[in-house]
Amino acid sequence: MQAEKFPRKTAATMSYINKPKFKHPQIQTNDIGLTRRDYEGTLTTLCGGCGHDSISAAIIQAASEMSLEPHRVAKISGIGCSSKIPSYFLSKAHGFNSVHGRMPSVATGANIANKDLYYVGVSGDGDSASIGLGQFCHIVRRRINMLYIVANNGTYGLTKGQLSATADIGSRTKSGEKSQFDNIDMATLAIELGASFVARSFSGDKKQLIPLLQAGLSHKGFAFIDVISPCVTFNNTDFSTHGYKNTWENYMSLSEVDFVPMREEITTSYAAGKEKEITLHDGSAIHLHKTSNDYDPTDKENALHHINAFKKQGKIATGLLYINQSTSDLHELQETVDKPLNNLDNQELCPGSEVLKDINNTFR
Amino acid sequence: MSELIQSSKVAALTKINDCVVKFANVNGSGSASANGMFAKAVFRMGIPISPHNIFPSNIQGLPTWFEVRINENGYLGRREGVDLIVAMNEQTIAKDIASVVPGGYVLYDSSKVLANELLRDDVTYLPIPLKDICLEEFEKPTQRQLFKNIVYVGALSAFLNIDFKVLAGLVSDQFRGKEKLIPPNIHALELGHQYASANFECPLNLRLETSEKNKGKILMDGNTATGLGSVYGGATVAAWYPLTPSTSVVDSFATYCKRLRIDAGTGKKKYSIVQAEDELAAIGIAIGAGWNGARAFTATSGPGISLMQEFLGLAYFSEVPIVLFNIQRVGPSTGMPTRSQQGDLLCCAYASHGDTKHVLLFPANPSECFDYAASAFDIADRIQSPVIVMSDLELGMNEQICDPLNWDDKRRYDRGKVLNAQQLDEIEKYGRYLDSDGDGIPYRTYPGTHPHKGSYFTRGSSHDSYAAYTEDGSVYAEVMDRLTLKMKTAVNYLPEPEFSETTSNNLGLAFIGTTTSAIKEVLDSLAKKGITLDTMRIRAFPFHDSVTEFFAAHQLVYVIEQNRDAQLKSLLKIECNIHEEKMHSILSYDGLLITAQHIEKSIIDSMIDVDASGEVPA
Repeated sequence: MQAEKFPRKTAATMSYINKPKFKHPQIQTNDIGLTRRDYEGTLTTLCGGCGHDSISAAIIQAASEMSLEPHRVAKISGIGCSSKIPSYFLSKAHGFNSVHGRMPSVATGANIANKDLYYVGVSGDGDSASIGLGQFCHIVRRRINMLYIVANNGTYGLTKGQLSATADIGSRTKSGEKSQFDNIDMATLAIELGASFVARSFSGDKKQLIPLLQAGLSHKGFAFIDVISPCVTFNNTDFSTHGYKNTWENYMSLSEVDFVPMREEITTSYAAGKEKEITLHDGSAIHLHKTSNDYDPTDKENALHHINAFKKQGKIATGLLYINQSTSDLHELQETVDKPLNNLDNQELCPGSEVLKDINNTFR
Repeated sequence: MSELIQSSKVAALTKINDCVVKFANVNGSGSASANGMFAKAVFRMGIPISPHNIFPSNIQGLPTWFEVRINENGYLGRREGVDLIVAMNEQTIAKDIASVVPGGYVLYDSSKVLANELLRDDVTYLPIPLKDICLEEFEKPTQRQLFKNIVYVGALSAFLNIDFKVLAGLVSDQFRGKEKLIPPNIHALELGHQYASANFECPLNLRLETSEKNKGKILMDGNTATGLGSVYGGATVAAWYPLTPSTSVVDSFATYCKRLRIDAGTGKKKYSIVQAEDELAAIGIAIGAGWNGARAFTATSGPGISLMQEFLGLAYFSEVPIVLFNIQRVGPSTGMPTRSQQGDLLCCAYASHGDTKHVLLFPANPSECFDYAASAFDIADRIQSPVIVMSDLELGMNEQICDPLNWDDKRRYDRGKVLNAQQLDEIEKYGRYLDSDGDGIPYRTYPGTHPHKGSYFTRGSSHDSYAAYTEDGSVYAEVMDRLTLKMKTAVNYLPEPEFSETTSNNLGLAFIGTTTSAIKEVLDSLAKKGITLDTMRIRAFPFHDSVTEFFAAHQLVYVIEQNRDAQLKSLLKIECNIHEEKMHSILSYDGLLITAQHIEKSIIDSMIDVDASGEVPA
């Protein structure tokens, strides 16, 4: 047996340690008997106070509360500080830290191979809005069923603080460099290109981010969350629009979200108008608390109008910005078989020699 | 109607089953299917044939040629000189007529008088008023245009003695399901045949006779075989970006999947094809799918290979199996996009930055395209690394006579070293990059296999045996050394070179891929001059030990290849440490298939050089 070549259970083996495995005896377990610790990853190597660590923590809490089986998730990223995030959550899940700006294509291939896993793509503004903008646009168009998170800090952290394409015009980095060009708004771009779930949040607002992550994971189709995640080292000045100060001051929620997992009975009833309840494909539900009556997150033009209206006032529109539950994902569009493609065997794939004889005859 | 029949001062060619017929057309004029019909008719008469499309990177209006070598002895490489030209393109007619050998024939549309300066006194003209015939016989403008091509095929059947029943049968086959089109096509063939028979002495001295040489053989192009081989090899994911001459690989895969990969119960598809936004995404998708346990491929050509370099390095270093079909064309840059070359050997063998090496397979005919496509998926899974199948435009897009495709139903896919949940349960600690077997090949797991074992982090950054990030130089070096070992192991799974029967000559020939088409002719011709050579057709990289041994056993080996820089020779020098003096390069890089005449002349010339220096090599 091949596996015998590996160290047996009884053998003393060299091991390496990521995090202490100690668990508090009273630690709570979720519906599948796992604790928060089972959703963690390795120790972070990001700077102290980095927004990205809050995103990892939010994902851990979101997945734990939802009782996701960690190994049923595949984590895929590109290159940059943001793309380190998948190391810091769900160590029981396979991860793939790919090539700068090319996470979307790798995620696309992975999703095509096995449609039965959850796919979480983590990228940054440099990774997705600059080098990978083309791939970002096309994964949106292809409607891959996944959650795509951009940890957006307006700067290139790993190369020490250059401006990125999401930096707002006039925003300045720590070194004083001023952004001269119009920024790319990943959220409105995603809506324009046909993403069926688009949200924006802030790494500092766990209360908003966690239900959005849960809703994004439950949503069938391409779910995109633009998470403003300040870079404490290079882009957290008072004159940076991606710093903590500006974000706290100008952060406006278009629609707050409560996530109700499918196992829970929906008891609250909501009045029409500012409240809206949306049942997702997997049976879970989201409750939306909208800021105004005339905002409709299921209407593309209306959503874009509201986001842009906020932007004109220097405000950042956050929350669930747009949702469309009636689209099909790539597998539905391509009509692939129900069984994952990576699970089809010889017999299901190979047409055999008799068929080949007939084919040969067409070339005579 | 012109009745000009120029009598040639040079005796008209008299040959049976041995000629080059070339069709000069305007692209977009519908000539391709008529010319293809001509080639197929000769094939069905049992005579060895090799058609070559020489086409522009353009959709309509530019010159295109279809060159057919017919040879009873099976010499199917290209041959310089044209015996019969079908001159249908006014833009190129002067050059086309000039390309005919003395004693050859010129078939042209005599609806328009041929200019005086186009008249040669050493060829025979075969004027057929194609346009006038079609104007008289057909009403629709498209028919009047398209049927000119069919009429000249009909005329050729009279001139060359092609069995008319064979042609009629081809028309019926071609329009099966569109029966309405059969009678007008047959009529057009008859018009040509009748006109030629009535106005000329038919058949010509240059003619064909039914033979038995193609028994059991098929006539197909390499890309069609490659796409079909991918279906048989179990590929479920194809991601690609349109690029001549690789496009028809995915076209073929799509065509056969639609027939062979539909689930009978649900009508759903057991495959996925994604036309990506560029070649970077195409290979990224293949890598994502390969990582997740599906058999995935992409097909491209030179410019795509350049774009895929970074991802190839990732797949090599993070050990993800993918198959890449490189249908080589003339570079660098856009080069000559519709001409053929073996110019990507070095950039594929060591694709990407840093120390890398990739498995290359060199098919030489459509049967091998099929076999290598299917095997490439086994090899990639077995060694967990990219496998690049190095075809070229000549092989990919031109039909070639070959053995029928073959599949052994007992064959099972080799998915390589993949651990399932039960196997993971039996081990204490899983390490993605542990060399447990000492062959350099570690064990992988697919995402989602086991609730708490077997997960790992795939990365292009340096990692240890447990896939953890490391900047420890010695750990990095260990991984690189294991990858070296893995490539040595990989050789065991690759096709051995094909050697001629040992005749213990001092001289040898080494070559790959489409160069093979010229070799039989070279050997026969040189044998008549008393020169005998051993041959080695290399079929894979990294090279087997037997490649090095071949050089050791011969005083001098001619390394024949179709690029400027002798890339195969460089690889042999780098990998097998073959001394420069052991190798003599024969190169061809004009974008057309290398000819036997060029190879033979190069060999003879090299001997004259050596003789002058006082040394006799043979």
